[in-house]
Amino acid sequence: MSIKELLNTRMIFKKTQATVLGFILIFLIILMTIMTRGKLLHLSNLQAVAFQLPLLGTLTLAQMIPMITGGIDLSIISTANLSGIIMAFILTKLSGWYTTPLAIVVGVAVSLVVGVLNGILVAYISVPAIIATLGMMIFIRGVALVLTRGYVIAGFPDSFVFIGNGDIFGIPMPFIIFFALILLMLLILNKTRFGFNLYMLGSNITATEFSGVNVKRVLFNTHLLSSLLAGVASIIMISRFNAAQADYGQSYLLLTVLACVLGGVNPAGGYGKVMGVFASIVVLQVVATGFNLLGFSSHLANALWGLILLIVMLINRMISKAE
Amino acid sequence: MMRKSRWKIYNQTEFYLFIVLIVLSTILAFVNPKFLRLENIFDLLRNYTFLGILALGQLVVLISGGIDVSFTAIATVSQYIMGVIISKYYIDNILVALAIPIPIGIALGLVNALLVYYTRVHPVIITISTLNVFYGFLMFITSGRWIYKFPPSFRNFVQIKILSFTSAKGTPYGLSILTLFWIIVAVMTWFILKHTNIGRKIYAVGGNLEAARRAGINIFRTYIFVYCYMGGLAGLASFVQAQLAQIIQPNAIVGKELDVLAAAILGGASVFGGSGTVPGAILGVLLIAIIKNGLVLMRIPAYWHQVVMGAIIAGAASVTALQMKFKSRRMVRKNVD
Repeated sequence: MSIKELLNTRMIFKKTQATVLGFILIFLIILMTIMTRGKLLHLSNLQAVAFQLPLLGTLTLAQMIPMITGGIDLSIISTANLSGIIMAFILTKLSGWYTTPLAIVVGVAVSLVVGVLNGILVAYISVPAIIATLGMMIFIRGVALVLTRGYVIAGFPDSFVFIGNGDIFGIPMPFIIFFALILLMLLILNKTRFGFNLYMLGSNITATEFSGVNVKRVLFNTHLLSSLLAGVASIIMISRFNAAQADYGQSYLLLTVLACVLGGVNPAGGYGKVMGVFASIVVLQVVATGFNLLGFSSHLANALWGLILLIVMLINRMISKAE
Repeated sequence: MMRKSRWKIYNQTEFYLFIVLIVLSTILAFVNPKFLRLENIFDLLRNYTFLGILALGQLVVLISGGIDVSFTAIATVSQYIMGVIISKYYIDNILVALAIPIPIGIALGLVNALLVYYTRVHPVIITISTLNVFYGFLMFITSGRWIYKFPPSFRNFVQIKILSFTSAKGTPYGLSILTLFWIIVAVMTWFILKHTNIGRKIYAVGGNLEAARRAGINIFRTYIFVYCYMGGLAGLASFVQAQLAQIIQPNAIVGKELDVLAAAILGGASVFGGSGTVPGAILGVLLIAIIKNGLVLMRIPAYWHQVVMGAIIAGAASVTALQMKFKSRRMVRKNVD
């Protein structure tokens, strides 16, 4: 009971942080709308956002789960690329009605294998998540490079490309998938025992262990779920690009961490709400589109993301000190 | 009892590393006899001085319980500023060139220290951010332009040898002066960690932050020392790298952070903080040097290098984690007795 109360008080205070951050970003959007003379909030741009958002969003959800436990998963992008490459092999080598479903099943299975490895390293061998997933990140990217020799694999069947580029009644397919994932995550984090244990483990691992929770099992499942989400992100990614490569989306890694921290996930663990993260992803994607419209180079954009993340963390600290 | 068993030689990571190093070297010597030639070894030592210096800096950060992944960006920024100054004003003095990057590195390290201390967020997140900020702005401002017109003193410095020999064919070779930098930094780091007040504080802070705070150790000052030391060494290492390459490319260093981390972790430094030694960090670098050299000598395609490195990091971290587990299990049993 006391843990629940503790969680509740933290939620209230985190909410004030989220509002402040929300204001900062809304200010940024207004600023950029003025700088782009209103182009930013144009309908065609918002549609582009709706197509791009699910990829960053799904990867961020993958990052969010381990971050709630106080860990991190640096390997999500590499995992997405590796399962993308395996899917691409199937999609380009085989043809038949079964190609697309087979590719998806195998792709997800590959991501689960990575999840099992991460889970064993973090939960059962007790390697700190940062180092374990760092090693796995390099390892998996290496495997992806060995498989592709650095080349791009492109040209997938229409039924597969539809996942990333098609729409149903005007709603982009990736967005439908992402929306389903959000609902699923809301359910898992708020309504299941696993979700409850996840938050508890993040706020105090020793207390959680002594209250009879199988901590190792929860940590293992955390990494399994994280990699699974990376696998789903991979489907969205390669079907959207109609291509797979070992080095896609490396800059997303920082962005996923940024999105989580902006969305109110505590990097020390124990707190993070799906809706907060969802809001931060929407805002981030609009800001990213704004950077594009303003013609910022990727380096400048990365520098600004880093700067925003630092400012947010400083403000976070100031608020929690004032409380 | 505990003290005695801790000092048994076979209980130390360095001992195992040394054995692995010798075994690997023997295998390599059989595959390619060139490997054991003094010439190759001197070359290896010179080429890995850059990594070696950075690993020693990272060791200090790891011992304090932190981690710094922004040092490649720090090195890049301080190297670039040095390059601009000495080529623009044509400063033909190697000491001036050497004196530029180090304070810049220290200043950027100070930024890291302040952010880590004030935000209380895990240093990996802070330094990933500062990496992007330092590097992103540098690339934006310079648009990645190369610098290559250096004064003679800068061009000739790398040729200086502290030990010179002449090979059978009559070509001279020897131990590069750059390697001397590595040796000096190693001795300095060892001395700081073992024999100074601040060194012991770094271990204390990394071992148990709360206990260190209650013992009256100034955490803030310790952080400042640790991250500035890393920054200063990044500046020095960037000088070494510029000497070796004789060209300054802003994208040459970023991306090496994992090699350095791998070397430090291989050398027995724990990411939990509180442990790690200078000989370990040196052996870790040498091991990576030999493995990479070996992969090349055995003609294994470059694609495989990342697979091997990733496996080594995960493997070494697992071994360290398991060692800690057994150690804590032993301690629990002792308490019960």
